[in-house]
Amino acid sequence: MNLTNLTITKTHQGLINKDFSAVELTKAYLNKIKKEDKKIHSFLTISKDLAFSQAREIDKKISKKENIDLLAGIPSAIKDNIMVEDIRCTAASKILENYVASYNATVIEKLKKAGTVILGKTNLDEFAMGSSCENSAFGTTKNPCDLKRVTGGSSGGSAAAVAADLCGYALGSDTGGSIRLPASFCGVVGLKPTYGTVSRYGLIAFASSLDQIGPITKTIEDCKIVFDAISGWDEMDSTSVNSKFKIQNSKLQFKIENLRIGIPKEYFVKGMDKEVEKKIKKAIKKYEARGAKIIEVSLPHTEYALPVYYIISTSEASANLARYDGIRYGKSKVKKSRVKSLLDVYLENRGQGFGDEVKRRIMLGTYALSSGYYDAYYLKAQKVRTLIKQDFENVFKKVDVLLTPVSPTTAFKIGEKTDNPLTMYLSDIFTISVNLAGLPALSLPCGMVGKLSVGLQIIGKPFEEERILEIGKTLENILTS
Amino acid sequence: MIDVEHIAKLARLEISQDEVEKMRNELSSILDYFDSLKKVDVKKVKPSSHSFSVENVMREDLPKKQPKEKNDKLLKAMPEKKGRYLKVKSVL
Repeated sequence: MNLTNLTITKTHQGLINKDFSAVELTKAYLNKIKKEDKKIHSFLTISKDLAFSQAREIDKKISKKENIDLLAGIPSAIKDNIMVEDIRCTAASKILENYVASYNATVIEKLKKAGTVILGKTNLDEFAMGSSCENSAFGTTKNPCDLKRVTGGSSGGSAAAVAADLCGYALGSDTGGSIRLPASFCGVVGLKPTYGTVSRYGLIAFASSLDQIGPITKTIEDCKIVFDAISGWDEMDSTSVNSKFKIQNSKLQFKIENLRIGIPKEYFVKGMDKEVEKKIKKAIKKYEARGAKIIEVSLPHTEYALPVYYIISTSEASANLARYDGIRYGKSKVKKSRVKSLLDVYLENRGQGFGDEVKRRIMLGTYALSSGYYDAYYLKAQKVRTLIKQDFENVFKKVDVLLTPVSPTTAFKIGEKTDNPLTMYLSDIFTISVNLAGLPALSLPCGMVGKLSVGLQIIGKPFEEERILEIGKTLENILTS
Repeated sequence: MIDVEHIAKLARLEISQDEVEKMRNELSSILDYFDSLKKVDVKKVKPSSHSFSVENVMREDLPKKQPKEKNDKLLKAMPEKKGRYLKVKSVL
């Protein structure tokens, strides 16, 4: 029996039927990682001892016939910018190379309580800044569909680990598409929840008004299970949303026949790969065939989303990353002879500890916030952000959800876009508006071009994760039946 | 023209001479791209700091007693220390 390609529910049934134990399951995954991750490089740290101690705990409960949670004993992989107590947490940066997390992120606290097994920490673009996972200080993760190609970023390690069956499910984080793009490129399911739905406590901050943690899974059913486990109000995150509001919104009933699906015309423009476009349009046709009403809509400020995103996210990042000075934690790189003052310590630790893209973004953000430029860049971007939000509010008066491609292309070749930062930034063109507006969005595989997967994006109204998951399931059922 | 050395100093980043030139070119082309925002009329638009309105969350500013193990973990992470104190370079 192959234990590593089961869904969460099937694994759970196997555990309670005693077809296999949690320890056997953990062993199966760790062996597979040992054999196959050399070529993919999805993990940065393997937390073997933690994994086995969690698995033994669950086996004990099963033998005593205690009720166990759906996620109990399920082996998971966690993006290495989410803190797991006593496990190294690097954010794929040299400046945190030897940093050991001193506490659990709220999502980890919740998953541990559910009894999940944590196999290890996965690769990412340094501090989640990138669209290809090539900005990791510890090497690029390769796409399991084609090892010459990127996984997408920044949660590339998590998406690759799920795609290659190196874990049951994974957590990623999404600031401008960092869950959805790699999910799309690797052919797995990824959900970026509504801003405020999942606590950010213990997530290494990149851009605090945009960051959200979310699941990367093999199926939509798995996605819902993990989402339900990690979401909820948290006093440790001041932007966490009170659950009362959420419940009111999640009890929405719907039938595919009554569904109004919006297709934003700005997301179907020239420059898009013809094969990708075909797959997306074919997916839309499937919904139409089931009776959904397809309506062309317009989000007129879409073209400004990318500059707005890069101004806001780099500004927030320049402030968030000011804390990394190598003094209180992280490896101090300073050669003692060269350093005269505290300022020298900062300059040298940060100059040597951060990689090129992180430095570039700190510089951009510092510039955008600096005296004389604040109004022209940061304030202007915040105002255009309002217009982008209003675009969505307007179309959601006419339609229930939006369908778009996740990316204009399939996974590109490793090294193809590393010479020009701006070309790389354009990979995020269809995912960033969602973060600016704080909306939930799902990426799910809707077809293949050669060996490579195409991702369909389903964007919902705030707090309607349940609905977009259900809508995604309709397509998943059609495609897998 | 962006003054790379000045911004690097504000950002507390040491940048080599080679990097200054490269960064100037890269940042200039990104900033040119940002200029497309000049076209947007925002005269009557309010800025959004978040996707929905966020209010300050207040609580009493009281110290919470932490177990010694927690403190030990934080101390262990420090690259340089003296006893149970963090050691830094002199400021003056």
